[in-house]
Amino acid sequence: MADNKEFFNRRLHSFLGVFPIGLFLMQHLVVNHFATYSPEAFNNAAHFMENLPLRILLEFGLIYIPLLFHAIYGIYIAFTAKSNLKRYGYFRNWMFMLQRVTGVLTLIFVVWHVWETRLAYAIYGTEINFDLMADILSSPFMFWFYIIGVISAVFHFANGLWSFCVTWGLTVTPKSQKFVTYVTLGVFVIFSYMGIASLISFAF
Amino acid sequence: MAEDQKMIKMIIQRQDEPEAQPYEEEFDIPYRDNMNVISALMEIRRNPVNAKGEETTPVYWDMGCLEEVCGACSMVINGKAMQSCTALIDQLEQPVRLEPMRTFPVTRDLAVDRSQMFDSLKQVKAWVPIDGTYDLGEGQRMPESKRQWAYELSKCMTCGVCLEACPNVNDNSDFIGPAALSQVRLHNSHPTGEYHKAERMEALLDEGGLQNCGNSQNCVQSCPKGIPLTTSIAALNREATVHSFKSFFGSDYHV
Repeated sequence: MADNKEFFNRRLHSFLGVFPIGLFLMQHLVVNHFATYSPEAFNNAAHFMENLPLRILLEFGLIYIPLLFHAIYGIYIAFTAKSNLKRYGYFRNWMFMLQRVTGVLTLIFVVWHVWETRLAYAIYGTEINFDLMADILSSPFMFWFYIIGVISAVFHFANGLWSFCVTWGLTVTPKSQKFVTYVTLGVFVIFSYMGIASLISFAF
Repeated sequence: MAEDQKMIKMIIQRQDEPEAQPYEEEFDIPYRDNMNVISALMEIRRNPVNAKGEETTPVYWDMGCLEEVCGACSMVINGKAMQSCTALIDQLEQPVRLEPMRTFPVTRDLAVDRSQMFDSLKQVKAWVPIDGTYDLGEGQRMPESKRQWAYELSKCMTCGVCLEACPNVNDNSDFIGPAALSQVRLHNSHPTGEYHKAERMEALLDEGGLQNCGNSQNCVQSCPKGIPLTTSIAALNREATVHSFKSFFGSDYHV
Protein backbone atom coordinates (compact mmCIF):
# COMPACT_ATOMS: atom_id res chain seq x y z
CA MET A 1 0.00 0.00 0.00
CA ALA A 2 1.08 3.54 -0.66
CA ASP A 3 2.92 5.21 2.18
CA ASN A 4 0.43 7.99 2.62
CA LYS A 5 -2.71 7.46 4.65
CA GLU A 6 -5.12 9.17 2.24
CA PHE A 7 -6.09 6.02 0.36
CA PHE A 8 -6.53 4.07 3.59
CA ASN A 9 -8.59 6.84 5.22
CA ARG A 10 -10.86 7.26 2.21
CA ARG A 11 -11.54 3.55 1.96
CA LEU A 12 -12.08 3.31 5.71
CA HIS A 13 -14.51 6.22 5.48
CA SER A 14 -16.43 4.46 2.71
CA PHE A 15 -16.41 1.12 4.52
CA LEU A 16 -17.55 2.47 7.89
CA GLY A 17 -20.42 4.34 6.23
CA VAL A 18 -22.00 1.00 5.36
CA PHE A 19 -20.51 -1.34 8.01
CA PRO A 20 -21.50 -0.66 10.73
CA ILE A 21 -23.10 2.81 10.43
CA GLY A 22 -25.49 1.99 7.60
CA LEU A 23 -26.50 -1.28 9.21
CA PHE A 24 -27.08 0.53 12.48
CA LEU A 25 -29.24 3.15 10.75
CA MET A 26 -31.43 0.44 9.21
CA GLN A 27 -31.72 -1.38 12.54
CA HIS A 28 -32.59 1.89 14.28
CA LEU A 29 -35.35 2.70 11.79
CA VAL A 30 -36.75 -0.82 12.06
CA VAL A 31 -36.92 -0.56 15.86
CA ASN A 32 -38.53 2.88 15.59
CA HIS A 33 -41.10 1.54 13.20
CA PHE A 34 -42.60 -0.48 16.09
CA ALA A 35 -43.98 2.89 17.23
CA THR A 36 -46.52 2.68 14.41
CA TYR A 37 -48.04 -0.44 16.04
CA SER A 38 -48.39 0.86 19.58
CA PRO A 39 -46.39 2.64 22.31
CA GLU A 40 -45.95 -0.72 24.09
CA ALA A 41 -44.59 -2.39 20.96
CA PHE A 42 -42.00 0.41 20.64
CA ASN A 43 -41.07 0.28 24.31
CA ASN A 44 -40.60 -3.49 24.13
CA ALA A 45 -38.41 -3.23 21.03
CA ALA A 46 -36.36 -0.38 22.55
CA HIS A 47 -35.90 -2.27 25.80
CA PHE A 48 -34.78 -5.34 23.88
CA MET A 49 -32.03 -3.24 22.28
CA GLU A 50 -31.19 -1.67 25.64
CA ASN A 51 -30.68 -5.07 27.20
CA LEU A 52 -28.33 -6.47 24.56
CA PRO A 53 -25.21 -7.93 26.17
CA LEU A 54 -22.06 -5.77 26.29
CA ARG A 55 -24.16 -2.78 25.29
CA ILE A 56 -21.53 -0.15 26.06
CA LEU A 57 -18.96 -2.07 24.02
CA LEU A 58 -21.41 -2.41 21.11
CA GLU A 59 -22.25 1.27 21.29
CA PHE A 60 -18.63 2.42 21.25
CA GLY A 61 -17.31 -0.19 18.82
CA LEU A 62 -20.16 -0.16 16.33
CA ILE A 63 -21.59 3.33 16.67
CA TYR A 64 -19.66 6.11 18.40
CA ILE A 65 -16.10 5.50 17.20
CA PRO A 66 -16.95 4.63 13.57
CA LEU A 67 -19.44 7.50 13.44
CA LEU A 68 -16.92 9.96 14.85
CA PHE A 69 -14.32 9.00 12.25
CA HIS A 70 -16.87 9.04 9.44
CA ALA A 71 -18.15 12.46 10.53
CA ILE A 72 -14.80 14.18 11.00
CA TYR A 73 -13.23 12.81 7.84
CA GLY A 74 -16.51 13.45 6.02
CA ILE A 75 -16.45 17.13 6.89
CA TYR A 76 -12.94 17.33 5.50
CA ILE A 77 -14.11 15.65 2.27
CA ALA A 78 -17.20 17.85 2.01
CA PHE A 79 -15.23 21.06 2.30
CA THR A 80 -12.57 20.11 -0.25
CA ALA A 81 -15.26 20.02 -2.96
CA LYS A 82 -16.18 23.12 -4.90
CA SER A 83 -19.71 23.06 -6.27
CA ASN A 84 -20.15 23.70 -9.98
CA LEU A 85 -23.82 22.70 -10.19
CA LYS A 86 -24.70 25.95 -11.92
CA ARG A 87 -22.53 25.06 -14.88
CA TYR A 88 -22.77 21.28 -14.75
CA GLY A 89 -26.31 20.44 -13.61
CA TYR A 90 -26.08 16.71 -14.32
CA PHE A 91 -27.90 14.14 -12.18
CA ARG A 92 -24.75 12.63 -10.66
CA ASN A 93 -23.32 16.07 -9.91
CA TRP A 94 -26.53 16.84 -7.98
CA MET A 95 -26.14 13.58 -6.07
CA PHE A 96 -22.50 14.49 -5.40
CA MET A 97 -23.43 17.83 -3.85
CA LEU A 98 -26.49 16.48 -2.02
CA GLN A 99 -24.31 13.76 -0.51
CA ARG A 100 -22.14 16.49 1.02
CA VAL A 101 -25.05 18.70 2.09
CA THR A 102 -27.00 15.83 3.67
CA GLY A 103 -23.83 14.63 5.37
CA VAL A 104 -23.45 17.95 7.19
CA LEU A 105 -27.21 18.15 7.93
CA THR A 106 -27.16 14.60 9.28
CA LEU A 107 -24.21 15.40 11.52
CA ILE A 108 -25.99 18.42 13.01
CA PHE A 109 -29.09 16.30 13.54
CA VAL A 110 -27.21 13.36 15.03
CA VAL A 111 -25.28 15.55 17.48
CA TRP A 112 -28.56 17.00 18.74
CA HIS A 113 -30.30 13.63 18.73
CA VAL A 114 -27.51 11.93 20.73
CA TRP A 115 -27.49 14.80 23.21
CA GLU A 116 -31.25 14.72 23.68
CA THR A 117 -31.61 10.96 24.03
CA ARG A 118 -28.41 9.06 24.79
CA LEU A 119 -26.49 11.69 26.77
CA ALA A 120 -29.56 12.86 28.65
CA TYR A 121 -29.97 9.24 29.70
CA ALA A 122 -26.33 8.93 30.73
CA ILE A 123 -26.24 12.23 32.65
CA TYR A 124 -29.74 12.78 33.99
CA GLY A 125 -31.04 9.20 33.80
CA THR A 126 -33.88 10.24 31.49
CA GLU A 127 -35.84 7.14 30.57
CA ILE A 128 -35.88 6.40 26.84
CA ASN A 129 -39.38 5.44 25.83
CA PHE A 130 -42.30 6.33 23.61
CA ASP A 131 -43.38 9.22 25.88
CA LEU A 132 -39.98 10.92 25.70
CA MET A 133 -40.11 10.96 21.89
CA ALA A 134 -43.78 11.98 21.89
CA ASP A 135 -42.87 14.88 24.16
CA ILE A 136 -39.92 16.03 21.99
CA LEU A 137 -41.88 15.74 18.76
CA SER A 138 -44.97 17.54 20.05
CA SER A 139 -43.17 20.77 19.19
CA PRO A 140 -43.69 21.51 15.47
CA PHE A 141 -40.15 22.85 15.16
CA MET A 142 -38.61 19.66 16.52
CA PHE A 143 -40.94 17.55 14.41
CA TRP A 144 -39.71 19.18 11.21
CA PHE A 145 -36.14 19.15 12.45
CA TYR A 146 -36.46 15.39 12.91
CA ILE A 147 -38.14 14.93 9.52
CA ILE A 148 -35.29 16.77 7.78
CA GLY A 149 -32.69 14.95 9.87
CA VAL A 150 -34.12 11.49 9.15
CA ILE A 151 -34.53 12.13 5.41
CA SER A 152 -30.97 13.53 5.23
CA ALA A 153 -29.58 10.52 7.03
CA VAL A 154 -31.46 8.05 4.82
CA PHE A 155 -30.49 9.90 1.63
CA HIS A 156 -26.86 10.02 2.72
CA PHE A 157 -26.95 6.30 3.41
CA ALA A 158 -28.74 5.31 0.19
CA ASN A 159 -26.60 7.46 -2.09
CA GLY A 160 -23.53 6.48 -0.08
CA LEU A 161 -24.37 2.86 -0.82
CA TRP A 162 -24.22 3.73 -4.52
CA SER A 163 -20.80 5.35 -4.24
CA PHE A 164 -19.63 2.52 -1.97
CA CYS A 165 -20.31 0.15 -4.88
CA VAL A 166 -18.21 2.33 -7.21
CA THR A 167 -15.45 3.00 -4.69
CA TRP A 168 -14.86 -0.68 -4.01
CA GLY A 169 -15.13 -1.57 -7.68
CA LEU A 170 -18.33 -3.61 -7.36
CA THR A 171 -20.07 -1.64 -10.12
CA VAL A 172 -17.75 -0.81 -13.01
CA THR A 173 -19.92 -0.45 -16.10
CA PRO A 174 -22.38 2.42 -16.59
CA LYS A 175 -25.17 -0.16 -16.84
CA SER A 176 -24.38 -1.70 -13.45
CA GLN A 177 -24.10 1.77 -11.91
CA LYS A 178 -27.49 2.70 -13.30
CA PHE A 179 -28.99 -0.51 -11.94
CA VAL A 180 -27.65 0.27 -8.47
CA THR A 181 -29.03 3.82 -8.77
CA TYR A 182 -32.51 2.29 -8.93
CA VAL A 183 -31.77 -0.14 -6.08
CA THR A 184 -30.54 2.69 -3.84
CA LEU A 185 -33.55 4.79 -4.83
CA GLY A 186 -35.65 1.92 -3.46
CA VAL A 187 -33.61 1.90 -0.24
CA PHE A 188 -34.16 5.65 0.08
CA VAL A 189 -37.93 5.41 -0.42
CA ILE A 190 -38.46 2.44 1.91
CA PHE A 191 -36.39 3.72 4.82
CA SER A 192 -37.63 7.30 4.45
CA TYR A 193 -41.17 5.94 4.66
CA MET A 194 -40.33 3.94 7.79
CA GLY A 195 -38.65 6.92 9.44
CA ILE A 196 -41.42 9.37 8.65
CA ALA A 197 -44.16 6.91 9.64
CA SER A 198 -42.46 6.44 13.04
CA LEU A 199 -42.09 10.19 13.58
CA ILE A 200 -45.77 10.71 12.79
CA SER A 201 -46.76 7.96 15.23
CA PHE A 202 -44.68 9.57 17.98
CA ALA A 203 -46.00 13.06 17.33
CA PHE A 204 -49.71 12.51 16.70
CA MET B 1 -23.34 43.78 -47.39
CA ALA B 2 -22.17 46.38 -44.88
CA GLU B 3 -25.77 47.55 -44.38
CA ASP B 4 -27.30 44.38 -42.97
CA GLN B 5 -24.13 42.79 -41.62
CA LYS B 6 -25.05 40.24 -38.94
CA MET B 7 -22.98 40.63 -35.78
CA ILE B 8 -21.92 38.18 -33.08
CA LYS B 9 -21.93 39.45 -29.51
CA MET B 10 -19.12 38.09 -27.39
CA ILE B 11 -18.40 38.73 -23.71
CA ILE B 12 -14.84 37.78 -22.92
CA GLN B 13 -13.31 37.52 -19.49
CA ARG B 14 -9.87 39.03 -19.76
CA GLN B 15 -6.86 39.15 -17.53
CA ASP B 16 -3.70 41.05 -18.37
CA GLU B 17 -1.24 38.91 -16.44
CA PRO B 18 -1.25 35.92 -14.04
CA GLU B 19 -1.82 37.95 -10.85
CA ALA B 20 -4.05 40.66 -12.37
CA GLN B 21 -7.77 41.12 -11.65
CA PRO B 22 -10.00 39.62 -14.34
CA TYR B 23 -12.44 41.95 -16.13
CA GLU B 24 -15.07 41.56 -18.83
CA GLU B 25 -14.92 43.08 -22.27
CA GLU B 26 -17.66 42.97 -24.92
CA PHE B 27 -17.07 42.61 -28.62
CA ASP B 28 -19.27 42.82 -31.71
CA ILE B 29 -17.83 40.64 -34.42
CA PRO B 30 -19.03 40.57 -38.03
CA TYR B 31 -20.62 37.20 -38.76
CA ARG B 32 -19.39 34.92 -41.51
CA ASP B 33 -20.78 31.51 -42.45
CA ASN B 34 -19.46 28.46 -40.54
CA MET B 35 -17.49 30.46 -37.98
CA ASN B 36 -16.02 28.82 -34.92
CA VAL B 37 -14.97 30.57 -31.72
CA ILE B 38 -11.36 30.73 -32.89
CA SER B 39 -12.21 32.50 -36.14
CA ALA B 40 -14.18 35.02 -34.07
CA LEU B 41 -11.14 35.52 -31.82
CA MET B 42 -8.96 35.92 -34.91
CA GLU B 43 -11.31 38.65 -36.09
CA ILE B 44 -10.72 40.47 -32.77
CA ARG B 45 -7.01 40.04 -33.23
CA ARG B 46 -7.30 41.54 -36.72
CA ASN B 47 -9.32 44.48 -35.49
CA PRO B 48 -8.95 44.88 -31.70
CA VAL B 49 -11.87 47.23 -31.07
CA ASN B 50 -14.44 46.46 -28.33
CA ALA B 51 -18.21 46.92 -28.47
CA LYS B 52 -17.90 50.51 -27.22
CA GLY B 53 -15.73 51.29 -30.23
CA GLU B 54 -12.59 51.69 -28.13
CA GLU B 55 -9.21 50.42 -29.28
CA THR B 56 -8.09 47.55 -27.01
CA THR B 57 -5.39 44.90 -26.80
CA PRO B 58 -6.05 41.75 -28.86
CA VAL B 59 -7.49 38.88 -26.83
CA TYR B 60 -4.89 36.21 -26.16
CA TRP B 61 -5.60 32.48 -26.37
CA ASP B 62 -3.77 29.23 -27.04
CA MET B 63 -4.26 27.04 -30.08
CA GLY B 64 -2.47 24.37 -32.01
CA CYS B 65 -4.04 21.83 -34.30
CA LEU B 66 -7.44 23.47 -34.97
CA GLU B 67 -9.01 20.01 -35.31
CA GLU B 68 -9.65 18.89 -31.72
CA VAL B 69 -6.65 16.65 -31.22
CA CYS B 70 -4.17 18.85 -29.35
CA GLY B 71 -6.35 20.24 -26.54
CA ALA B 72 -4.54 23.59 -26.37
CA CYS B 73 -7.51 25.81 -27.25
CA SER B 74 -9.77 24.57 -24.41
CA MET B 75 -11.72 27.31 -22.63
CA VAL B 76 -15.04 27.81 -20.87
CA ILE B 77 -17.64 28.66 -23.50
CA ASN B 78 -21.10 29.62 -22.22
CA GLY B 79 -20.32 27.99 -18.88
CA LYS B 80 -18.94 24.69 -20.13
CA ALA B 81 -15.34 23.79 -20.87
CA MET B 82 -14.68 22.70 -24.45
CA GLN B 83 -12.33 23.27 -27.37
CA SER B 84 -12.81 26.61 -29.08
CA CYS B 85 -11.85 25.11 -32.46
CA THR B 86 -14.88 22.81 -32.58
CA ALA B 87 -17.23 25.26 -30.85
CA LEU B 88 -19.30 26.49 -33.80
CA ILE B 89 -20.86 29.94 -33.54
CA ASP B 90 -24.09 28.74 -35.18
CA GLN B 91 -24.58 26.24 -32.36
CA LEU B 92 -23.91 28.68 -29.52
CA GLU B 93 -26.37 30.85 -27.68
CA GLN B 94 -25.56 34.57 -27.89
CA PRO B 95 -24.00 36.50 -26.34
CA VAL B 96 -21.15 33.99 -26.41
CA ARG B 97 -19.35 34.08 -23.08
CA LEU B 98 -15.70 33.09 -23.04
CA GLU B 99 -13.71 32.49 -19.87
CA PRO B 100 -10.42 30.75 -19.18
CA MET B 101 -10.49 27.37 -17.36
CA ARG B 102 -9.88 28.77 -13.88
CA THR B 103 -9.04 25.35 -12.44
CA PHE B 104 -5.62 26.09 -13.92
CA PRO B 105 -3.40 29.15 -13.40
CA VAL B 106 -4.35 31.76 -16.00
CA THR B 107 -1.35 33.10 -17.90
CA ARG B 108 -3.24 35.72 -19.89
CA ASP B 109 -6.86 36.24 -21.05
CA LEU B 110 -8.06 32.79 -22.18
CA ALA B 111 -4.74 30.98 -21.97
CA VAL B 112 -4.00 28.73 -19.01
CA ASP B 113 -1.01 26.76 -17.79
CA ARG B 114 -1.83 23.03 -17.81
CA SER B 115 1.56 21.93 -16.44
CA GLN B 116 -0.07 20.19 -13.49
CA MET B 117 -1.63 17.66 -15.87
CA PHE B 118 1.73 16.76 -17.34
CA ASP B 119 3.21 16.49 -13.85
CA SER B 120 0.38 14.11 -12.94
CA LEU B 121 1.15 11.92 -15.95
CA LYS B 122 4.73 11.75 -14.70
CA GLN B 123 3.52 10.95 -11.18
CA VAL B 124 1.51 7.93 -12.33
CA LYS B 125 4.18 6.81 -14.83
CA ALA B 126 1.86 7.06 -17.82
CA TRP B 127 4.29 5.64 -20.36
CA VAL B 128 5.68 2.28 -21.45
CA PRO B 129 9.37 2.08 -20.52
CA ILE B 130 11.30 0.42 -23.33
CA ASP B 131 14.63 2.23 -23.15
CA GLY B 132 17.41 0.27 -21.56
CA THR B 133 20.95 -0.96 -21.96
CA TYR B 134 19.92 -3.76 -24.33
CA ASP B 135 17.35 -4.29 -27.07
CA LEU B 136 14.12 -5.60 -25.60
CA GLY B 137 13.08 -7.03 -28.94
CA GLU B 138 9.61 -6.95 -30.37
CA GLY B 139 6.69 -6.36 -28.08
CA GLN B 140 3.86 -8.82 -27.59
CA ARG B 141 0.91 -8.67 -29.93
CA MET B 142 -2.36 -7.29 -28.66
CA PRO B 143 -5.76 -8.79 -29.46
CA GLU B 144 -7.58 -6.60 -31.98
CA SER B 145 -10.65 -6.16 -29.76
CA LYS B 146 -8.43 -4.93 -26.95
CA ARG B 147 -6.56 -2.62 -29.29
CA GLN B 148 -9.82 -1.02 -30.36
CA TRP B 149 -10.83 -0.56 -26.73
CA ALA B 150 -7.41 0.85 -25.78
CA TYR B 151 -7.52 3.22 -28.74
CA GLU B 152 -10.50 4.98 -27.20
CA LEU B 153 -8.53 5.63 -23.98
CA SER B 154 -5.50 6.73 -25.98
CA LYS B 155 -7.53 9.56 -27.53
CA CYS B 156 -6.93 11.68 -24.40
CA MET B 157 -5.26 14.94 -25.44
CA THR B 158 -4.68 16.28 -21.90
CA CYS B 159 -6.97 19.20 -22.73
CA GLY B 160 -8.06 19.72 -19.12
CA VAL B 161 -11.82 19.82 -19.73
CA CYS B 162 -12.44 16.94 -17.30
CA LEU B 163 -10.41 18.69 -14.60
CA GLU B 164 -12.34 21.90 -15.14
CA ALA B 165 -15.63 19.97 -14.84
CA CYS B 166 -14.59 18.05 -11.71
CA PRO B 167 -15.78 19.58 -8.41
CA ASN B 168 -12.97 17.80 -6.58
CA VAL B 169 -10.16 19.38 -8.61
CA ASN B 170 -9.61 22.80 -7.05
CA ASP B 171 -7.33 24.89 -4.86
CA ASN B 172 -8.34 22.95 -1.73
CA SER B 173 -7.38 19.54 -3.07
CA ASP B 174 -4.40 17.78 -4.59
CA PHE B 175 -6.57 15.58 -6.80
CA ILE B 176 -4.75 14.86 -10.07
CA GLY B 177 -8.08 14.51 -11.91
CA PRO B 178 -9.69 11.94 -14.21
CA ALA B 179 -7.35 12.25 -17.23
CA ALA B 180 -4.26 10.83 -15.52
CA LEU B 181 -6.28 8.06 -13.85
CA SER B 182 -7.56 6.83 -17.17
CA GLN B 183 -4.01 6.84 -18.54
CA VAL B 184 -3.01 4.40 -15.81
CA ARG B 185 -5.70 2.06 -17.02
CA LEU B 186 -4.49 2.45 -20.61
CA HIS B 187 -0.84 1.79 -19.82
CA ASN B 188 -1.61 -1.06 -17.41
CA SER B 189 -3.52 -2.77 -20.21
CA HIS B 190 -0.64 -2.59 -22.67
CA PRO B 191 1.18 -5.96 -22.94
CA THR B 192 4.57 -4.36 -22.24
CA GLY B 193 3.25 -1.55 -20.06
CA GLU B 194 1.71 -4.22 -17.85
CA TYR B 195 5.21 -5.05 -16.49
CA HIS B 196 5.00 -1.85 -14.44
CA LYS B 197 1.45 -2.29 -13.25
CA ALA B 198 2.32 -2.45 -9.55
CA GLU B 199 4.48 0.69 -9.71
CA ARG B 200 1.69 2.63 -11.40
CA MET B 201 -0.80 1.35 -8.86
CA GLU B 202 1.42 2.58 -6.00
CA ALA B 203 1.69 5.99 -7.65
CA LEU B 204 -2.02 6.04 -8.37
CA LEU B 205 -2.89 5.55 -4.70
CA ASP B 206 -0.44 8.19 -3.53
CA GLU B 207 -1.51 11.64 -2.25
CA GLY B 208 -4.02 13.24 -4.65
CA GLY B 209 -4.68 9.98 -6.44
CA LEU B 210 -7.61 7.76 -7.32
CA GLN B 211 -9.22 7.91 -3.87
CA ASN B 212 -10.06 11.60 -4.35
CA CYS B 213 -12.73 10.83 -6.92
CA GLY B 214 -16.15 11.82 -5.57
CA ASN B 215 -18.19 10.24 -8.39
CA SER B 216 -19.84 13.42 -9.62
CA GLN B 217 -19.22 11.93 -13.10
CA ASN B 218 -19.02 15.36 -14.74
CA CYS B 219 -15.81 14.21 -16.44
CA VAL B 220 -17.43 11.55 -18.55
CA GLN B 221 -20.21 13.96 -19.54
CA SER B 222 -17.69 16.62 -20.57
CA CYS B 223 -14.89 14.69 -22.27
CA PRO B 224 -14.74 15.90 -25.89
CA LYS B 225 -13.28 12.56 -26.92
CA GLY B 226 -15.99 10.50 -25.27
CA ILE B 227 -13.47 8.58 -23.17
CA PRO B 228 -15.25 6.31 -20.65
CA LEU B 229 -13.47 8.01 -17.74
CA THR B 230 -15.82 6.85 -14.99
CA THR B 231 -15.61 3.27 -16.21
CA SER B 232 -11.82 3.54 -16.07
CA ILE B 233 -12.04 4.96 -12.57
CA ALA B 234 -14.39 2.23 -11.32
CA ALA B 235 -12.23 -0.46 -12.92
CA LEU B 236 -9.15 1.01 -11.22
CA ASN B 237 -11.10 1.09 -7.96
CA ARG B 238 -11.67 -2.64 -8.35
CA GLU B 239 -7.96 -3.22 -9.01
CA ALA B 240 -7.05 -0.98 -6.07
CA THR B 241 -9.31 -3.04 -3.82
CA VAL B 242 -7.54 -6.25 -4.83
CA HIS B 243 -4.13 -4.54 -4.68
CA SER B 244 -4.75 -3.14 -1.20
CA PHE B 245 -5.91 -6.50 0.16
CA LYS B 246 -2.92 -8.26 -1.38
CA SER B 247 -0.46 -5.75 0.05
CA PHE B 248 -2.18 -4.85 3.31
CA PHE B 249 0.72 -6.28 5.33
CA GLY B 250 3.32 -5.62 2.64
CA SER B 251 3.61 -7.64 -0.52
CA ASP B 252 5.83 -10.05 -2.37
CA TYR B 253 4.04 -9.47 -5.69
CA HIS B 254 6.00 -7.61 -8.30
CA VAL B 255 3.62 -7.22 -11.21
